[in-house]
Amino acid sequence: MKYVDEFRDGQKARVLIKEIESLVSTMTMPPERPLYIMEVCGGHTHSIFRYGLEGMLPKEIELIHGPGCPVCVLPMGRVDDCVSIAENPKVIFATFGDAMRVPGSKKSLLQAKAEGTDVRMVYSPMDALTLARKNPDREVVFFGLGFETTMPSTALTILQAEAEGIENFSVFCNHITIVPTIKAILDSPGLQLDGFLGPGHVSMVIGTAPYEFIANFYNKPMVVAGFEPLDILQSIWMVLKQIKEGRSEVENQYARVVPDGGNAAALQAVSKVYELREFFEWRGLGSIDHSGVKLRDEYARYDAEQKFAIPNLKIADPKSCQCGEVLKGVIKPWQCKVFGSACTPEKPLGALMVSSEGACAAYYQYGGVKRFKEAV
Amino acid sequence: MNVAPFIRTRKLGKVSVETVTLAHGGGGKAMKDLIDDVFVAAFDNHALAPLEDQARFELAELALHGDRLAFTTDSFVVDPLFFPGGNIGDLAVCGTVNDLAVGAATPLYLSCAFIIEEGTSIDVLRKVARSMAMTAREAGVAIVTGDTKVVQRGACDKLFITTTGIGVIRQGLTLGVDTVRPDDVMLVNGLLGDHGAAILCARGDMALDTLIESDCACLHGLIQTVLAAAPGIRFMRDATRGGLATVLNEIAEASQVGIEIDEAATPIREQVKAFCEILGLDPLYLANEGKILCVVPPDQAEAALAAMRSHPLGRDSAIIGHATDGQPGRVVMRTVFGGRRIVDMLVGEQLPRIC
Repeated sequence: MKYVDEFRDGQKARVLIKEIESLVSTMTMPPERPLYIMEVCGGHTHSIFRYGLEGMLPKEIELIHGPGCPVCVLPMGRVDDCVSIAENPKVIFATFGDAMRVPGSKKSLLQAKAEGTDVRMVYSPMDALTLARKNPDREVVFFGLGFETTMPSTALTILQAEAEGIENFSVFCNHITIVPTIKAILDSPGLQLDGFLGPGHVSMVIGTAPYEFIANFYNKPMVVAGFEPLDILQSIWMVLKQIKEGRSEVENQYARVVPDGGNAAALQAVSKVYELREFFEWRGLGSIDHSGVKLRDEYARYDAEQKFAIPNLKIADPKSCQCGEVLKGVIKPWQCKVFGSACTPEKPLGALMVSSEGACAAYYQYGGVKRFKEAV
Repeated sequence: MNVAPFIRTRKLGKVSVETVTLAHGGGGKAMKDLIDDVFVAAFDNHALAPLEDQARFELAELALHGDRLAFTTDSFVVDPLFFPGGNIGDLAVCGTVNDLAVGAATPLYLSCAFIIEEGTSIDVLRKVARSMAMTAREAGVAIVTGDTKVVQRGACDKLFITTTGIGVIRQGLTLGVDTVRPDDVMLVNGLLGDHGAAILCARGDMALDTLIESDCACLHGLIQTVLAAAPGIRFMRDATRGGLATVLNEIAEASQVGIEIDEAATPIREQVKAFCEILGLDPLYLANEGKILCVVPPDQAEAALAAMRSHPLGRDSAIIGHATDGQPGRVVMRTVFGGRRIVDMLVGEQLPRIC
């Protein structure tokens, strides 16, 4: 595949690994622990496992898999809300595929579908709008999910619905925003992180400026990274170089996709349609101020929260579940009490076991470096 | 197979309507007309035509092919019924022929049961029946007994087909999923994932236009060639639902060996790679309908590969990996990138990733 294979070249990977190894050999390491680099985005986590990157890196570097999987951080109560909307016989509930398996307190959307609820998998919010056009006697609700990556496409779909005067379409808005979450992680006590790989696709929308505080106030290097394995290795090398040179800056490895100023048209649509919520509940991380968005009042008629009575109950994460600690990098997935026993991809207890981007599911599926080394 | 020409003594019924109604499943004249006009007309052979409640075989004739019977069944519920590269009828024949052939059996006879949703067009049934007849003829098997049921609208999705097959296994051949030893070599007969990708595209919910066609094919011929070239062959399985990854895991589990495959050596069409890339799917888990995995001892690997490549359905055959004495039950892939990852069994259905 053109423009893809070039970034998966094993030869170049070996050169980069050598560079990383020689850089590491000249660095002063923190006492009694490796360097911790967090990849914020679930897309990175997926690539890291898919290409076996952890096993290729020197043991002085450990990757911490951050909170950037929107499916994983969805609280159970929100899934219950989705099921409740979907169970309205007038409703066609449209969702991205991997949200279907997320467990609610009683059932997932997949189970609700099996019981006869009209849940449809779509690839884009525009597909949901098409459903609304084709089914004028039904109410189509799109499950708006994801960080700034997917936020603009939902916003543009709402604007399109408005332009066409489509009234039987609404969005159950669960879009979340990454920056307050990174801040919450940086503020958490006992945190040991030496640098970040920044989320490439989020940055394609918001640009690189919003991360400046990480470098300036928290003195942590951040490199906005692409998703191909060579992108990730190069970004790790760039983080190490900053650490070695005592710098903490926001650098952009993914300049072929991410303009430093972001995407003006996307940002315009986002600010037109959404406003910040006071707080949003995250699975595993608790409530984080200003970390979610909702539709502005002008778009209330496209807001499922206004159109439908939603239970909006807060359901506590299961007590045994340690997703929060894994998300913050305090423990590794396999150190969780229920990893692989009470919590498996077949019967996920915690959010991180649900999506293939979730750190726990990825370890379970592809085998993390530690377990991997024991196993192979 | 030698089939004596059958002289028909009765007049076949004729269907005069365009769609199937519940009357066609009612046991009366409408049902008889449907069976005669659509199915008997297409599958015509000496065992079927008398329309007894069962097909009858001479044991002596079966014994000419070997010393053990192979018996298998499979149901086909594919949506859509017609897709690039084939239709549900082709699948129903190829699937069961392949399930027999991978056990080193010579496929001989098939049964077929149709569950039809009322309102299905008779023309669709005719097309499916004709495809089945043609595919069966090419595969040298006869469709010798069958059944039709008509259910109310909504009780099934247009058409479901179940085929059951009988074959005979040649003396001296015993293949088993639990017979694989470390260093045994894994081969596939061509490009993986075509069927799964073609079906997903044909369903039309992705708004993706591709030229990918199903690889649906009867593999008994190819399998005969491999059996002749590599008589020590341990095991074969067609990599249908769950794809190659599932078959590899089944072998690793049953034989208590590790398996290592090489991503760079695993043949996948560029279009299928791109399709998976866009949707966040893994081609190793995509269904195939004309691909088998063969496991042979190392000293017969080259012979098996050459034999497979010499067959039209095996031109893109490749050695993709081998069994190891690593952790039993574990399948590992060496990635193009030089890393290693575990290829596990799929938990549920493969769902596309959000971003």
